[in-house]
Amino acid sequence: MASGVKPRVKVPKKASAGDVITIKTLISHKMESGQRKDGDGNVIPRSIINRFVADFNGENVIDVTLEPAISTNPYFQFDAMVPESGEFHFTWYDDDGDVYETKKKITVS
Amino acid sequence: MELSRRKLLAMGASSIALMSLGTLPAFASKADDEIAKFTGGAELGEGALELTAPEIAENGNTVPIEISAPGAVSVTVLADGNPVPNVATFNFGKLNASRSASTRIRLSKTQNVIAIAKMEDGSFQMAKANVKVTIGGCGG
Repeated sequence: MASGVKPRVKVPKKASAGDVITIKTLISHKMESGQRKDGDGNVIPRSIINRFVADFNGENVIDVTLEPAISTNPYFQFDAMVPESGEFHFTWYDDDGDVYETKKKITVS
Repeated sequence: MELSRRKLLAMGASSIALMSLGTLPAFASKADDEIAKFTGGAELGEGALELTAPEIAENGNTVPIEISAPGAVSVTVLADGNPVPNVATFNFGKLNASRSASTRIRLSKTQNVIAIAKMEDGSFQMAKANVKVTIGGCGG
C-alpha cells in the first residue's frame, strides 16, 4: 500500500541539553492483519508496517518490530534524551518493500 | 522410493492427524512458546518492568498499552488469546533514557497481555495484565 500513507511526528522544536523529551509518531496505514476475510470468504492478504526505527544524529533511540496485532494507523510514543542539537530520523518499513521516512530538527540550547 | 496411491493416502491421513494433534494443545501454549523463544528458557523475574493496559477495553481494535522498564535492552509484548500471540518487540537505544514506549494494539477477545523485558545484565522480567475486551478486534 503505497498510497495514502502519511507519517506524522511531534517533536518539540527546542530543548535544553540533556533533556528528556517525548516524541509522538503516527503513520496512516490500514495494517491489514492477514486474519480478515472478504465478502466471499477469501483471506485478505497481510499488509502491514513491520518495522519502525527512530534515530537521533545517527544514534538509535528505538527500534520496534511490529506484528499484525498493532492497530490501524500505528502510533508510538516514547522518550528520547537530546545531548545536542540535531535531527531525528524516523523510518517505517512496509511489507511491500516501501520505506517511509520523515525528519525533524531540534535546537538544543 | 516408489509411492503407491494407497501409501500416499495413508501418509496424508497420518500427517493430517499429526497436524491436528499438534495444533490443538499448542494453541493455549503458543504464547508460552514465544516466551521461551525470547528468553531461551531463562527464569522470569518481576518488578522492574511495568505494563500499563486498561482493565476493560471497549474496542479490541485499539487498546492503548504502555511499557516502562528502566534498564531494559528490549521488550517484547504478547497477547495470549490472539490468533498470533506476538504483538511487538521494542529495542531501546542508548538515547531512550526511560526505556518506555506506548502504542495501540489489537486484541481479539478478553485475554492476558504479557510483556517480557530483557535487561542489560541478561536477566528477564515479566509483567502481565488482564484486559477484558467487549468488542473483539480481529474483524471478519
